Amino acid sequence: MSQHYLLYIFLILPMAYFFIFKYIPMYGLLIAFKDYNMFQGIWGSPWNNFATFKEIFGMKDFYRAVRNTLLLNGLDLVAGFPAPIILAIMLSELRNKTYKKISQTILYLPHFLSWIVIGGIVIQLFSTQTGLINVVLKKMGIGPVEFLSKKNNWLLVYVASGVWQSAGWNAIIYLAAIAGINPELYEAATVDGAGRLRKIWHVTLPCIKPTIIILLILNVGRIAQIGFDRPYAMGNYFVTEVSDVISTFVYRVGLRSGRFSTATAVGFFQSVVGMVFLLTANYIAEKFDEQGIW
Amino acid sequence: MVADTRSKIFDMVLNILIFIAVLVCLIPILHVASISLSSNSAILAGRVYIWPVELNVDSYKVVFADKTMIKSLVFTAKLTVVYTLLSMLMTVLAAYPLSKKGLKGRNLFLLIIVFTMYFSGGMIPDYILIKNLGLLNNFWALVLPGLISAFNMIVLKTFFSTLPESLEESAFIDGASYLTILIRIVLPLSLPVLATLSLFYAVGRWNYFMDALLYITDSKLYPIQLKIYQIIYNNMQPEISAIEGNLSSNLLPESLKAASVMFAIIPIIMVYPWLQKYFISGVMIGAIKG
Repeated sequence: MSQHYLLYIFLILPMAYFFIFKYIPMYGLLIAFKDYNMFQGIWGSPWNNFATFKEIFGMKDFYRAVRNTLLLNGLDLVAGFPAPIILAIMLSELRNKTYKKISQTILYLPHFLSWIVIGGIVIQLFSTQTGLINVVLKKMGIGPVEFLSKKNNWLLVYVASGVWQSAGWNAIIYLAAIAGINPELYEAATVDGAGRLRKIWHVTLPCIKPTIIILLILNVGRIAQIGFDRPYAMGNYFVTEVSDVISTFVYRVGLRSGRFSTATAVGFFQSVVGMVFLLTANYIAEKFDEQGIW
Repeated sequence: MVADTRSKIFDMVLNILIFIAVLVCLIPILHVASISLSSNSAILAGRVYIWPVELNVDSYKVVFADKTMIKSLVFTAKLTVVYTLLSMLMTVLAAYPLSKKGLKGRNLFLLIIVFTMYFSGGMIPDYILIKNLGLLNNFWALVLPGLISAFNMIVLKTFFSTLPESLEESAFIDGASYLTILIRIVLPLSLPVLATLSLFYAVGRWNYFMDALLYITDSKLYPIQLKIYQIIYNNMQPEISAIEGNLSSNLLPESLKAASVMFAIIPIIMVYPWLQKYFISGVMIGAIKG
């Protein structure tokens, strides 16, 4: 068994990957504490200590981006968290196996579409002139409703698109938890005269409660983190007030306006806050379920 | 008997609710597909719902006439294959040694990797790195930065560690090395997980957009998502407007945008049903307990 050297050889390339593409950018965070300019490089640029951070904490757009990140993630959580649970319970109650399989296949599908594509679908669906929603609303004598250019309507569309994209896919985890429930519990409930709704309430839900709680903790832990593709694809000029989040702010300030130090400081701020949230969530999840996440 | 009737009503309501959920998933896609296949006048009159009206394929002709569109699709396919193969290779190379409990320094390696799931340099330091490596406008800028997903690596590591040790021990007695064992024994036993992770990498690469937006300005290296983005959001690409002008048909940009969106959806829909059976088990492995 003394062939371990071969295992270390296997590890060389992956560890080099993590070093170059993950840890060197962490070193790059130094420019948040510097007046970065490209010609002097990361190390050569002069230190300014916390001047950049003072600058971003004085920026109105920065607070807006932080607020919007929390707002969009918060709304996502409220609407998007229960949806897969309900869906999973409904799917698990289906008796016709073929129907169940076909529905599942279709419900998972949106998860495989990119946000760019979903953004395109949303624009088509909600267009005031030709979009399906407004065509139907007009038939009913309502509208046209400006879904994409009014703030509150846009928020609704943003949240709905999230549920649409991921409810089916996220149901898989709950389906797995439901599949693991001891059938005797259901039999006992039947003997006690419980109907199907009662069985859901008194058996299914309590049994998947640990899964629900862990996922909830983890989702709350991600509240300060936000991807780039979705808000960027869904946002537009009219709704910047609510759609500009930290990631799009960093892109705009950093790469569009070339203010690298400022944007890095904002990204750094988000990383640290996000990590604190995640570690706390992980810690709580571990307390809850002794084995924890890892 | 009462319970029986109740249960039947329950089933009926359930079936209807699921049917509605399925419709909600499908209708947006059907609507876009219908817009892409309908005539300009029908679209403008608001007569297109989820079925094409005055069926025609003009917008697809325009999209297919745009050589850059096809090129971008081929490029993305090539990119996805190269990326997925390399990602899987690297993920296996990391996961296999780290699944060996006796490996010295294993926890340190794991810590180094897991830490990257919590903390990262972020967009600007990433950009500076790619720039300093001279990878801007380079194929590899779309491959290398996301080569290993720490999450996928841990899923695979966990799976490897569930394989019975006795299998390897007997191979050791026969004089096999870790390399032989990995290739001959471990990987063949892991095919479903390998297929699932490959699917995740491939779909992720196919759909990812930000790196192309950041690192690529050369239109020869546009992945399909960037291409679609420009068509939908920046109104029309010059090339497409030119072709549209030449056609002098009564094409509406709406149907053209819809056709472009469908262009990116159709490949996914075509491969998706075949891969479906793999990913469920993979998600289960990865679920909760990494």
